[in-house]
Amino acid sequence: MSELHEAVVRNPLVLGEKTYHQITEDVCRPVEGKANKYWWMAFTIAFTAFVWGFCCFAYTIGTGIGAWGLNRTVGWAWDITNFVWWIGIGHAGTLISAILLLFRQRWRMSINRSAEAMTIFAVMCAGLFPALHTGRPWLDYFMFPLPNQFGSLWVNFNSPLLWDVFAVLTYFSVSLVFWYLGLIPDLATIRDRAITPARKFIYGLLAFGWKGTARDWSRFEEVALVLAGISTPLVLSVHTIVSFDFATSIVPGWHTTIFPPYFVAGAIFSGFAMVMTLLVIARKVLSLEQYITVQHIESMNKIIILTGSIVGIAYITEFFIAWYSGVEYESYAFINRATGPYWWAYWTMMTCNVITPQLFWFKKIRTSLTASFIISIFINIGMWFERFVIIAVSLTRDYIPSAWTMYHPTFIEVGIFIGTIGFFFTCFLLFARVFPVIALNELKTILKRTGNQFVKRHE
Amino acid sequence: MSEKKYWKGIEELRNDAEFVRLKNNEFFEHLPVDEKISRKAEANDVTPRRDFLKFMGFSVAAATLAACETPIVKSIPYIIKPEEITPGIANWYASTFWDGYDYCPVVVKTREGRPIKIEGNDKSLITGGGTSARVQASVLSLYDTARLKTPFANGAPASWENIDAAVSKKLADIAAKNGKIRILSSTIISPSTKKIIEEFTKKYPGTQHVTYDSISCSGIIKANKESFETAAIPSYRFDKADVIVSFGADFLANWISPIEFAGQYAAGRKLDNGKKKMSKHIQFEANLSLTGSNADKRYMMKPSQAGVAIANLYNAVARMTGAVTLNVPDAGELKNAIEDTAKQLVAAKGKSLVVAKSNMASVQNIVNGINVLLESYGSTINLAEPCMTRQGNDDAIKNLWKELIDGEVSALLIYNCNPCYTLPDADKFTTALKKVELTVSFSDRSDETAGNCHFICPDNHYLESWGDAEAKKGYYSFSQPTIAPLFSTRQFAESMLLWSGAGNNYHEYLKSFGENVNGWESKLKEGVHEMLSQESTAIKFMSEVLSASASIVSTMKSSGGLELILYEKTGIGNGNQANNPWLQELPDPVSKVTWDNYLCVSPKDAREKGWNNNNVVTLKANGVAMDVPVYVQPGQTPGTVALALGYGRKNCGKVADGVGVNAFAFSRITSEGIMYWSNCDVAKSTKDDYMLAATQLHHTMMGRKIVKETMLENFIRKSDSGNEELLIPIHDGEEKKKLSPDKVNLWDSFETPNHRWGMSIDLNSCIGCGACVVACTAENNVPVVGKDEIARSREMHWIRIDRYYTSDAAEGDLSAMEQPSDNPQVVFQPVMCQHCNHAPCETVCPVVATTHSSEGLNQMAYNRCIGTRYCANNCPYKVRRFNWFEYTTNSKFTDVNPSQSELGRMVLNPDVVVRARGVMEKCSMCIQRIQETKLNAKKESRKIADGEIKTACLQACPTHAITFGDYNIAGSEINKMWKPEERSYHLLEELDVQPNVFYQTKVRNTEAGEKHES
Repeated sequence: MSELHEAVVRNPLVLGEKTYHQITEDVCRPVEGKANKYWWMAFTIAFTAFVWGFCCFAYTIGTGIGAWGLNRTVGWAWDITNFVWWIGIGHAGTLISAILLLFRQRWRMSINRSAEAMTIFAVMCAGLFPALHTGRPWLDYFMFPLPNQFGSLWVNFNSPLLWDVFAVLTYFSVSLVFWYLGLIPDLATIRDRAITPARKFIYGLLAFGWKGTARDWSRFEEVALVLAGISTPLVLSVHTIVSFDFATSIVPGWHTTIFPPYFVAGAIFSGFAMVMTLLVIARKVLSLEQYITVQHIESMNKIIILTGSIVGIAYITEFFIAWYSGVEYESYAFINRATGPYWWAYWTMMTCNVITPQLFWFKKIRTSLTASFIISIFINIGMWFERFVIIAVSLTRDYIPSAWTMYHPTFIEVGIFIGTIGFFFTCFLLFARVFPVIALNELKTILKRTGNQFVKRHE
Repeated sequence: MSEKKYWKGIEELRNDAEFVRLKNNEFFEHLPVDEKISRKAEANDVTPRRDFLKFMGFSVAAATLAACETPIVKSIPYIIKPEEITPGIANWYASTFWDGYDYCPVVVKTREGRPIKIEGNDKSLITGGGTSARVQASVLSLYDTARLKTPFANGAPASWENIDAAVSKKLADIAAKNGKIRILSSTIISPSTKKIIEEFTKKYPGTQHVTYDSISCSGIIKANKESFETAAIPSYRFDKADVIVSFGADFLANWISPIEFAGQYAAGRKLDNGKKKMSKHIQFEANLSLTGSNADKRYMMKPSQAGVAIANLYNAVARMTGAVTLNVPDAGELKNAIEDTAKQLVAAKGKSLVVAKSNMASVQNIVNGINVLLESYGSTINLAEPCMTRQGNDDAIKNLWKELIDGEVSALLIYNCNPCYTLPDADKFTTALKKVELTVSFSDRSDETAGNCHFICPDNHYLESWGDAEAKKGYYSFSQPTIAPLFSTRQFAESMLLWSGAGNNYHEYLKSFGENVNGWESKLKEGVHEMLSQESTAIKFMSEVLSASASIVSTMKSSGGLELILYEKTGIGNGNQANNPWLQELPDPVSKVTWDNYLCVSPKDAREKGWNNNNVVTLKANGVAMDVPVYVQPGQTPGTVALALGYGRKNCGKVADGVGVNAFAFSRITSEGIMYWSNCDVAKSTKDDYMLAATQLHHTMMGRKIVKETMLENFIRKSDSGNEELLIPIHDGEEKKKLSPDKVNLWDSFETPNHRWGMSIDLNSCIGCGACVVACTAENNVPVVGKDEIARSREMHWIRIDRYYTSDAAEGDLSAMEQPSDNPQVVFQPVMCQHCNHAPCETVCPVVATTHSSEGLNQMAYNRCIGTRYCANNCPYKVRRFNWFEYTTNSKFTDVNPSQSELGRMVLNPDVVVRARGVMEKCSMCIQRIQETKLNAKKESRKIADGEIKTACLQACPTHAITFGDYNIAGSEINKMWKPEERSYHLLEELDVQPNVFYQTKVRNTEAGEKHES
């Protein structure tokens, strides 16, 4: 180990003169200690929002989709917008844990755990919408290719919506396994430190008998690598398939071949923004400033500039192609986005997604926690509007002008969206209380190379 | 006998005392019966915990299982099956629709004894099988929950015996003291009913029959009396006219006999089979009517200008034909229009027709004068064959009113009219009504008038009635009951028959009435008995009426302020069927607004005064003031506003009550008759905006070729004018090419081995009347969703009629193109599922709920549908309809949806499933009708004949704009419409979804560069 010197240009990734024990102490503190009042406040708000959303959800199930603002022309709006938004957010976790693992990006160590947890919760929120947006959700199982006694009844493999079902479920299960695998050594640490029998028992069960032997570690790393290999194509495929819902249709504004790369970039963009939003708060609340450093924030901001720029170019390309194609419906769909009745949604999207991330070219902004937090919120909003503009605004005015109409959401569908945000934060807050938010055992493997005291020693 | 002894057990062998004692018991061992079941035992017994859990578990499981049972709907078979009824097979009865307003010979479809659908009787020479929205909807009025279930005497339910006794006694008393008895009715076209009224008059000599039409044509009758000494409305032949000029007469939707006129009008304008000639239609009007929307040339005119304009037209025609002109003021801004119109009329002399809505005899006299100069009598007008559907006499109602106010009338019998609602100053009429000793209403509900009468003797619905009708002289048609009266109601004719003492059974009376004796059964079966049409006889025109008329007309001047015109809507008409939710939900063909009336304001006035849609204004006219919402209506003449009649009903039923305002209050009675226009004041009210619910919010085509249109002269030159072949540029290797869309196509075609159904819609014949929309609603159990849902763009109609206005904007100026012209040309386009062969909806459904049939149809499997709505999003025509709620149970729809009452459910078509919540639905091309015909053909071992299947929309259409058939039959009508017909095109052809439905270009008879002037 000592032969592997960290390049001099690299800044330390673990600040403070941390020892292995200190890392264990710091990371396990939120799990073992009592929750502070900020946690309780946040939990109360999040849980209230979740319950509120649940009531709206129950009302929808009880009365029908008519409780929402959809109409004969606009068949999807908040529901699928939210679905794509949440799925997009879920992309950062896998990217960090899989792709950055393969690229040996060591800075991922202190953020991958929470990013993966975020992925799991975001995908759960996302999955709710396709399941619930159907007119008869109790028959959703029709979408699975189940052997049945109805004769030759089978699913339609031509339908992108069916591809979605497989893509999202695969993504969810792989992400869950990957996340849980990474948790095992840390759960064992908590088990070993447990002082009450109940804790010992529960964490003992969850740790799957991890002993921390060389064989355990060797297998752990092998499996992690295999799962990273499986997950990497998923990062690209899931949102590609989500984009097929639109790209394979004939709705002007949906029928666009640029969608797969554009959607993947957008997903990573929004995912990193959400990781940023969460971690800027979490490092403060959980006192993890020395593990999640400005260095981490800056690295993530760089990815945000990259993906944000891809998204910006995609927006411009769409416009160009709409004009270049010479298709009047296509051209009109884009002119309508920018100048029609929903111009404000379009320009919100452009401002938040194209202009704000460009501010990260400035190192001062890129390394400022406050600025990063604010811009990440902008991006979260902008990316929601991107999906709204694509999905709902395209539908409001398509081919036959007589069918053109407006879409106005009801408080029920807004409530369901708020409910998913509540659910997401409820889960995340619970996660922060029961599981270590930093992969502490993995982090220890890089301490000797990137810990503050070690990096200095080589200067 | 063997000595062997078999013993039961060792105990018996031993035969000890204990065994002997027990042997007498049935059960050898002691059974603890008493301990278990005695009361005492129960009190002492402790149920063990395990037993308790077992019992509880069992009970819960049993209860749960019992609860899982699906609800049982009992259907009770016939014990004695009526001979003519086979469950599942429809019976058809010829009958006649007449409600004092619309006339239509019909055929009624009944299933298991319930009338469920009305079709036009194609044996009728008058309507030719056409119907209208109101006729189509009339079947639902049968199942109206607001109908009275018993007769009422002084506000309380009573029996017919008591009513008959009381009324007869009262009538006898009144007759004894020579009191005046008045029968007030709308137009009666039944010869037998008229005869019964005569009988009644014979018995009670003080009786007078007053005929009053809520929408009166009394001026025409009076004018014909003055002009030709024939007090009648003539027959018109719009099909024989090369030039049609109408001054405000909405003859395609409301005026006198709209179904007949619509058929004639379309016949004169059809361009199929190589015909290259069509009539020219010029309309002068204040509000944009359905008829005006169809006009080739439309001029905006204030109602006050009508008289002078018509007189000027007379002068222009007179000058050209060398007749004496009249002394009238100049036509002002309409001068050129009049001159131009006169030229065209004179050029088509003998083949032209001028009609006017005006209820002023003087104006109609001049119209008659024009038609005489143009030699229309004998060609397009036939006085020898008078039309009977409007017989109202405004002078008679004025006299009656005076008598009522003076308290001279002792008995008033009100039949089929609602004066307390339709008369101006109706409150005064109501007060006067209360002075009458005996008032009897025959209304089917306790409405505005009936509620103020002593007795209500509810009339049967026409589907429960016997009857005859003579809508035109010599054209008879008959009614027969298609169901026994649902309630304790009785036909007006029968009540009158009883009271006049001339009989006690109207059916018997009718059978033996006049000519009916001969071939009654076959006449009834045919429904119509129409003599050869009467040859027009020479007319004698009293030309001296003209100068007198001209001097009256000359006094008509615009006050300079706003003028209010009252009009009838295509759905609601005069309001007698206002409680019919199908009609309330039918979008107005022009404004596309449902469930309301509103003040139509011209775009110019709206801009100047700062009024916007939904603003509430106070409308004042004739001393009446009302708050009404504004609707900015392109085509409305600047300086005029328009308000629809038939709304603002009270006590009419939960559907109609409170919908809109009563515009009859703004009508006025003058010396000339009832006038449906007046000067008015409009001021912005301080009230909050009022929500109007329209099904179409965007009014222009945005430069897209949705409705293809061309001009007649271009069409004559080139048959594919306006429908030039569409080519898509493609790259083929190095070469740039242009191909038709069906050549650049990724998909395999579906096999259609037996049939491939197709539909053709001639946009040149479609007048946009909406009969098809209501017919489809009735046939396919389309739910009614109410105003709030319409405002959320969630109407459920499977067929809609798109209406587009032209715009003045330059091509490319997209935001300006959204604004229609101030006096736009209008096109209509019925759109239903296009049944694409490469259907975008089919590929995206994850559960294969929408599939392609081997007969080319796009089908919905409702049971499989989970409601992702992906298909609706991907439908370029936006014809798919989603069940947002459970419309049949959700309390939001209780007031509007007829399917929520036992009674209203009787109208449902049992061949079509009622769709559940969360399911997508759309036009099926009346698959149930296709299937029925196929099965019948199969049973009879024959092929389906071309034209044998008629979809509901096709059958309802008064203009025969729709053709349905099988592409796989060579030479079928549908093939003839598609291939050689160069006007045919697919909607959104460039998408190459290959619809089975296609349209024919609309041709407008205009000259190059001509458009409606603003």
